[in-house]
Amino acid sequence: MADEAPSTSAAASSLRRSARWRVWELAVFAAMSLAWLLLPGQSLLINQIAIVALFAVSLDLILGYAGIVSLGHAAFFGFGAYAAALFAKGTMNDPLAGLAVAVAASAVLGAATSLLILRGTDLTRLMVTLGVASILYELANKLDDITGGADGLQGVVMGPLLTPFGRFAFDLSGRVASAYSLVILALALLVARRLVHSPFGVSLQALRDNRLRASSIGLSVRLRLVAVYTIAAAFAGAAGGLLAQTSGFASLDLFDFHRSAEVLLVLVIGGTGYLYGGVIGAVVFQLLHDVISAWTPQYWNFWLGLFLVVLMIVGRERLVTPWKWFRRGP
Amino acid sequence: MLTLLFDGVAYGMLLFVLAVGLAVTLGLMNFINLAHGAFAMAGGYITVLLMSRAGVPFLVCLPIAFIGTALLGALLERTLYRPMYAKPHLDQVLFSIGLVFMAVTAVDYFVGSMQQNITLPPWLQGRLPIEGVGIGKYRLFIVVLCGLLTVALQFVLARTRFGSRLRASVDDPRVAGGLGLDVSRIFMLTFAVGSGLAGLGGALGAEVLGLDPTFPLKFMIYFLIVVSVGGTTTITGPLLAALLLGIADVAGKYYVPKLGAFIVYSLMIAILVVRPQGLFARR
Repeated sequence: MADEAPSTSAAASSLRRSARWRVWELAVFAAMSLAWLLLPGQSLLINQIAIVALFAVSLDLILGYAGIVSLGHAAFFGFGAYAAALFAKGTMNDPLAGLAVAVAASAVLGAATSLLILRGTDLTRLMVTLGVASILYELANKLDDITGGADGLQGVVMGPLLTPFGRFAFDLSGRVASAYSLVILALALLVARRLVHSPFGVSLQALRDNRLRASSIGLSVRLRLVAVYTIAAAFAGAAGGLLAQTSGFASLDLFDFHRSAEVLLVLVIGGTGYLYGGVIGAVVFQLLHDVISAWTPQYWNFWLGLFLVVLMIVGRERLVTPWKWFRRGP
Repeated sequence: MLTLLFDGVAYGMLLFVLAVGLAVTLGLMNFINLAHGAFAMAGGYITVLLMSRAGVPFLVCLPIAFIGTALLGALLERTLYRPMYAKPHLDQVLFSIGLVFMAVTAVDYFVGSMQQNITLPPWLQGRLPIEGVGIGKYRLFIVVLCGLLTVALQFVLARTRFGSRLRASVDDPRVAGGLGLDVSRIFMLTFAVGSGLAGLGGALGAEVLGLDPTFPLKFMIYFLIVVSVGGTTTITGPLLAALLLGIADVAGKYYVPKLGAFIVYSLMIAILVVRPQGLFARR
């Protein structure tokens, strides 16, 4: 008992050390604000990138930190989007309140479905996450008096953003929308950063690396998985809510398998397990998407697939560590 | 009612032939191959194109579809799949999704995105009035053919030398390799036969399931359900799972069309939550 105190403070200082701000982290945030200031003509693209980035960051929490492979993360994205759109149409059109509703709705869904992914192998988890997304797709398709069915929910009109700095109405050029999305992304990154550098985040990585060992040193694996899955769902819901609010509609396509696969790809491009992979991946992915689909809009999926296949064969870790390209062996 | 049951059985048998290759790849190589449906699509397109462009009779197309996709499977196994066996599941999933995307767009590009129709020979059209129940001749043909295939598969696995080698490799590849079995050759042969069966299933199913470039994506979840619910250690597991799925799907779509695939997905999640290793897995 006597040496308990110094060892806790050693642990605490090690946590503090790993949580210290790095220069490149600040650079990511600086780049986000500079992009908005210097590229006013690209606001719509920046808005898209910020939303995809937030979605990918939420997947990183469960995949990169807790090691859960999900093929149905779009479930929460779509759920958040529909929640925000329905709230704006039915109740009130305040964006921040709508976003809060989207986050809360997805968090509840995440908490409920997290119970389904606690057991089984990777395959079982893939199937269950895929199944949840497919069920939501079917529901959104069939409950057409609420969701608009295959037509989607159109004509979502948002009121102005009420902030302490004044009222900002959404404009066509997307200046306000992109600022809104970027600020939410930055806030989410700060929250996620705080989370993964906390003892909770470190224990998640412990259970990702060796679940049996984590539980035998007394960590409650189930509780942690439920918690992180819920938080990730909430983030994904925020991304979906942002999309519905800034684009003005929500459609079935949000629940589609494509979405879940794409967000996995985005995250893998940027790299998993260091939080900013989603942001970097989103930038690369959206730029690639823009370039390739301008060239061949119908067959862009072919090049996406080819890219995935090649990337997986050469090894995805090499993409984020280019200095290892010409070294032999893994 | 009986007609419905029979259609469900035919559908289930078809799903079994389509998915059994996936069960073997998964059990043998522990490889999650989401691109399995692409092989089925290849078989379907081989048949449709041979029939419509070259006028080859339907019965001749079936073995060609089998052999063609088996060769394709062997080729891809050698070149692309092999390096992926040792990688984590996430990489395998992304890799095979990539293959699916490529297959879907490639078919779209070369053949077009419309639904392909197959003209069955006259002796397979129409219904047989047995015991006052109408039974589609083609459905009966599917059931008989898939039943024979299942028996043959079971025989090969249980009674032949190759079957016992295969089972040994599934149980423990390292020990099997240590005993002098050429595990990687067994892998390739099995992968080829599994792909070939998928191709055959695709050819048979073109009339029942419909065939268009999104086939691998549309039916991916069905194949995975068969495998994950049936387990990968036996052949009877996936067979029963496929029959269950076929009957549930046909009956669900007939009685409660509004809910559609909803029932199937919910059932799958419920089963997987209660028995994560599948309904019929060996302990």
